[in-house]
Amino acid sequence: MIDLRRKGIATSIPVSIVGRVSKADSDFVVVSSQENELEQGFGGKVVLTTKSLSNFPQPLVHSVKSLEGITVGDVIQILPSGVLHVLFRAGSLDNSLFTTDQCNSNCLMCSQPPKKVDDIEYHFELNCSIIRLMPATTEIVGITGGEPTLLGQKLFEMFRMLTEMHPHCLVHILTNGRAFAYQSFVKQYLSVSTENHIWGIPIYSDFYSDHDYIVQAKGAFNETIQGIYNLARIGARIELRIVVHKLTVLRLKQLTKFISKNLTFVERVAFMGLEYIGYTPFNDQLLWIDPLDFQEELHDAVVLLDDLGINVSIYNLPLCLLPKEVRRFAIKSISDWKREYLTMCTGCALKTDCGGVFGTSKKLSENIQAIRIE
Amino acid sequence: MERDTRKFKSVEKYQVDNEIYSLLPFRFHSIDEEREVLVNEIGDYLLVPSGTAASIAGRRIDRSSSLYRDLVANFFISIKPVPDLLDLIAARYRTKHAFLHSFTSLHIFVVTLRCNHTCHYCQVSRATENKVDFDISYQDIDAGIEHIFKSASEDITVEFQGGEPLLAFEKVRYTVERILEQNEVPEFRKHIQFVICSNLTVIDEQILSFCKTHEILLSTSLDGPAFIHNSNRFKNGSGSYESVIEGISRARSVLGNDRVSALMTTSTLSLKYPKVIIDSYLENGFHSIFLRPVSPYGFAVKNKKKNAYHTDEFLKFYKEGLEYILELNKGGISIREDYTTILLQKLLTPFATNYVDLQSPTGLVSNVVVFNYDGFVYASDEARMLAEIKDYTFRLGHVSEPYEDLFFGKKVQQILNAGVAESLAGCSECAFLAYCGTDPVLNYATQNDMQGHRASSIFCKKNMEIFKHLFRILDSGVPEIESIFRSWVYQK
Repeated sequence: MIDLRRKGIATSIPVSIVGRVSKADSDFVVVSSQENELEQGFGGKVVLTTKSLSNFPQPLVHSVKSLEGITVGDVIQILPSGVLHVLFRAGSLDNSLFTTDQCNSNCLMCSQPPKKVDDIEYHFELNCSIIRLMPATTEIVGITGGEPTLLGQKLFEMFRMLTEMHPHCLVHILTNGRAFAYQSFVKQYLSVSTENHIWGIPIYSDFYSDHDYIVQAKGAFNETIQGIYNLARIGARIELRIVVHKLTVLRLKQLTKFISKNLTFVERVAFMGLEYIGYTPFNDQLLWIDPLDFQEELHDAVVLLDDLGINVSIYNLPLCLLPKEVRRFAIKSISDWKREYLTMCTGCALKTDCGGVFGTSKKLSENIQAIRIE
Repeated sequence: MERDTRKFKSVEKYQVDNEIYSLLPFRFHSIDEEREVLVNEIGDYLLVPSGTAASIAGRRIDRSSSLYRDLVANFFISIKPVPDLLDLIAARYRTKHAFLHSFTSLHIFVVTLRCNHTCHYCQVSRATENKVDFDISYQDIDAGIEHIFKSASEDITVEFQGGEPLLAFEKVRYTVERILEQNEVPEFRKHIQFVICSNLTVIDEQILSFCKTHEILLSTSLDGPAFIHNSNRFKNGSGSYESVIEGISRARSVLGNDRVSALMTTSTLSLKYPKVIIDSYLENGFHSIFLRPVSPYGFAVKNKKKNAYHTDEFLKFYKEGLEYILELNKGGISIREDYTTILLQKLLTPFATNYVDLQSPTGLVSNVVVFNYDGFVYASDEARMLAEIKDYTFRLGHVSEPYEDLFFGKKVQQILNAGVAESLAGCSECAFLAYCGTDPVLNYATQNDMQGHRASSIFCKKNMEIFKHLFRILDSGVPEIESIFRSWVYQK
């Protein structure tokens, strides 16, 4: 894992600063701010260092435990408290623009439980800075939350900026899609939509109240399905995301059939392992099932959709827990900064192809083991 | 930590509390003594124990059962009188009927009635050298082409039939070149595929190189091994097996294996030999076979001994053949039955098929039209076969007449009105309505009535039993067979 949050001792940092790393080695990092937060005269530069320095003439965060992993092009937020947030990592394909902690669903297995906080404006400003500062060569960026569509116009403004400044960058948005059940929202989105947008939308059952129960929101299933249809009608690219756990396994076969009949137009279907964090430990009894125990259901679902010519992926599950025949569908999906391998992974013949496990998960399958080539 | 968001509600809180569910349109049929199939308006099916349809109608389905979930999720019943996802159902219905969106796509030119074969089941051909009376005129070709470019369809297939169309190759060449020339005009431009239905015994280098240049598909007739083929299809008084096999291999060597296909016709003799016929297709390098009954038209019905067999006998032949093909697939040999594939596309996918014989409203005129050698226009290939026994019921007019008169005239209205299964007695309530179709020409030819009588219809008898048979196979739930079926349908 790579730590995206670090702390040091700040001097001459009166306000929160967002800037781009212009120089980096293991002991010193220079962050250039183009946002005019700083007094003129320092060239808008902040120095970060692992050393303990005092009487330094320039805005400074010193005594940072480690600057490892920070590279030129990264976008960093520096707070007056000395906290450093790495907001965007140059060269990584796992960057996301976090939009809000609010959500209109409250999924039983949410890894990042929603909060009722008035944070949309704050994150919007930060994201605008990131969009301005992120490298022109960026290939893909995620938009996540919370529920990004709660931003309304501000989300469309982000799309507009991304299209203008990063016309070739793919934008992968995680949403429950419910907002798109409403034509007025679809109509507004239409004016900023591009082929670079991919909508990742979760669906947990073919039966409305099973889905609504899992996302803890009445009417959510119908809204999500209607939303997917409305998005498809305007030609939007859609990825369905199915988190496989004890509740969704029950009708995984029927859900797959539902997709094969009603949602064949989607670009991809992803089956995802649980990240054991957030609500999941709290709902362990409801949700936890060892991936070894849903191998058959997962296998059948993947094979069916693959036969139909739909792109299928498996996210967040290590290869040793997957049936052999479907290992080729596994993607190294766990963000590079969260990805971990265990001690037993040493010597696994497939380690380089494997996406590992969530370093954030507080519980892992006991059946993880090195795969030996016979 | 926000503890208040952790007060999760139980699953019951998310179910709509309606005392009584509403029925959505669906139909049902028993497939054996213990099982029945339910089919909804958009062609999705559920295989369930006998009596389930009655329980559904009697509102006796337990709301906590998985069947209840299946019925709601698959649009057989609804929590509310008007389902929340009505939009989705409508989109699915439109998708299933997408074959109606664009009007006539298949245009058949009968360039000549002359043939070098005399097959006993042939409906139309003449062994004659008289070009003037039996070849289409250039003037009529030109008029036909004008009609093609008036079709609203973007995707056009132009098929050449006969007789043996390559006996009039100069007409084929003229037609292809004229069409491609017209297709250069941007406002006319369509996607056009050419097919020549030929016995492949008169092909030469010039013809093959022409086919290669224009990516023309060749479709030929092969009835099985030599002893069957030769008893059906004669050339100069003897069997034509050797020459068609040679023609196939010659055509393949120039055009590629996938550009040459074959159709078989089941004669009385064939009925005993499904496996042998299938083996002969494999030996000749084909990976699909269409187990096809003889058409009850033209000369075919006159030659009763060789062609008149009961539908039951054909069904036995089909079932044996299909079982053998599935066995071959299980053993790793890839071969597909084409009719089954068409039906499975209807059963397993949300999409429409372009198979004209199984469409409602009928595919006559709206999907296919024939420009006959004498310049007359017919509603289908079978319609012009009737004309060869002097029955002109399905003649739409002469190719020289205006498009509107031919395609939207009284005759067409009469045919299409008879061809809507949704409004036909015996069809409208049939469980297989969503997959089936109507064929006014066949009804007329066999029952002297365009609307037909289902209880005595060979079309109905054949298709009902094949649907039931396929549902029994699907109901057996063998994953291997489901996977074979999917490989046929999606042809990965």
